[in-house]
Amino acid sequence: MDRRGNLKFILTLVVVLLTFGALYIFQDSMNSFYARVLNLAAIYAILALSLNLILGFTGMFSLGHAGFMCIGSYVAAVLTMSPASKEIIYYMEPIHPLLANVQWPILPAILMAGLVAAFFGFLIGFPALRLRDDYLAIATLGFAEIIRIVVTNAIPFTNGALGLKNIPSVNSMLVYWGCAILTLLILMRIINSSWGYAFKAIRDNEIAAQAMGINIFKHKLMSFTIGAFFAGIAGALMAFLITSIDPTMYRFTFTFQILLIVVLGGMGSLSGSIIAAIIFSIAMEALRFVESPMQLLGLQIPGIPGMRMVIFSIALLLVILFYRQGLMGTREFNWDWVLDRLGIKTSPKVKRGEAE
Amino acid sequence: MAEILRTEQLSMEFGGLRAVSDLDLSISEGEIIGLIGPNGAGKTTVFNVITGVYRPTTGRVIFNGQDITGWRPDQVTAKGIARTFQNIRLFNSMTVLENVMISKHVRLQSTLGEAVLGLPRYGRERHKHYHECMELLAKVQLDDVANEMATSLPYGKQRRLEIARALATEPKLLLLDEPAAGMNPQESLELMEFVRHIRDEFDLTVLMIEHHMEVVMGICQRIYVLDYGVNLAVGTPEEIQNNQQVIEAYLGAVDADA
Repeated sequence: MDRRGNLKFILTLVVVLLTFGALYIFQDSMNSFYARVLNLAAIYAILALSLNLILGFTGMFSLGHAGFMCIGSYVAAVLTMSPASKEIIYYMEPIHPLLANVQWPILPAILMAGLVAAFFGFLIGFPALRLRDDYLAIATLGFAEIIRIVVTNAIPFTNGALGLKNIPSVNSMLVYWGCAILTLLILMRIINSSWGYAFKAIRDNEIAAQAMGINIFKHKLMSFTIGAFFAGIAGALMAFLITSIDPTMYRFTFTFQILLIVVLGGMGSLSGSIIAAIIFSIAMEALRFVESPMQLLGLQIPGIPGMRMVIFSIALLLVILFYRQGLMGTREFNWDWVLDRLGIKTSPKVKRGEAE
Repeated sequence: MAEILRTEQLSMEFGGLRAVSDLDLSISEGEIIGLIGPNGAGKTTVFNVITGVYRPTTGRVIFNGQDITGWRPDQVTAKGIARTFQNIRLFNSMTVLENVMISKHVRLQSTLGEAVLGLPRYGRERHKHYHECMELLAKVQLDDVANEMATSLPYGKQRRLEIARALATEPKLLLLDEPAAGMNPQESLELMEFVRHIRDEFDLTVLMIEHHMEVVMGICQRIYVLDYGVNLAVGTPEEIQNNQQVIEAYLGAVDADA
């Protein structure tokens, strides 16, 4: 590695350390409302990143993300709730004896949530990924709804429509953003590996990718399962953030919010997904005022819940009409860009090294 | 010379349409074979059946003594048959080098986990593939544009890149689907030279679909003629040029009443 390569590595390290330093300081001093919004942003970021792997990098139009998130939430919740509160909450039907006395720490539960979601991703992907485009979208949408309905009716495990309460609360920003950064790093490694290129080859031209010897189905299933894994992790974090969950949270409209973030950020850009996720979660709170009753041009407008989503829909329409690539297109944030602005020269050797 | 590819009574039907009908190809190692015929004769369908895109309705495809009928395209590629496409199918979001590197993906011994953790075996393999691909690009004179986007290349070079990408899978048999399509006479001539050159350099057998008669007559040792899926004739360029049936298929039969 030459000077510039070293410099980029040091810059990355500094930014990561600064982020964690800031998280450490902020988690105590920050207003808990802001902290909550930022934690939500981290969850949205994980969801958008994982959907981007499936949709933006592998080109599979999957709309099942809310379903995998649902699985993650329930697995994490059931594994971490105390036996005492399980006894109180499952009053319709007692909890299945297998799970009654389980109480795991937070981090193993998050990992388990990811693994179970990935397992279901694998199971669903097996039949569904034989389809493509709109058919795949419909099939995955259907599977996500099936998951939700199974969760609603598997009362001994999930407490059905009543949902789960008293899930241990996690306030540490380190956990949320730590997971988000870890997701980003792992996905970056995947995208830039030979497998990432295979995914992109499938997205660019499936027939040519197959003619290059790539087993399309295996790679699609791989990408889909990895995406489901991270959706499950995001689901677990969601359960710890809001501490009470019920199946109606995971309707397909939730998938569309994530889809919105991915499209706004740019399909095929990890940095775009992160930026759009942060903007989206802050805007969701900042735009709350449009849902309150107000006086506009002499008209008395009553508060309309859901008005915020109309604004996002308009934003989406504008993006699709005038700026189809989204915020970042398929580009990524890159130190080279910053260093070029600062006038630090690239040696030709580095340029060639990048392609490796 | 050993036979490398044989098709036995190969037929492909789409509903009521018989796109290929009882085709018997026999190709020996090292040959350059042409597959010609009027539009819609079923030439590309033959390629698609050989490479596993379609499963033939009846008949068998034998490659190197092994029955590969109904294999998946990626399995056929792994066995040693590579192809290019009539309408260029490059990976548009990637550079020239990345396009070629895709072909090496299946050769990786390491796992995704090793790649994510950055373990040395993966790095070594990628490094080796990188050098192999650069070497290949140098052989086809594309090394100077290795880091350019594939889509930014001029048409002729895109065609050559598609062939380079196919070569990177280390094939024994190369199927070229209209490699000279859209080329001017000068470019077609260069392409002929190029195909001959890679055949010798990489020990290939070449089966090509082509409409440019100068190209086909210039480099093919034998030519198969298809019309409506039926094999009209097979022979050397001279034999084909003088074959009455072939002339009729291309120019139309002389009406007896006229």
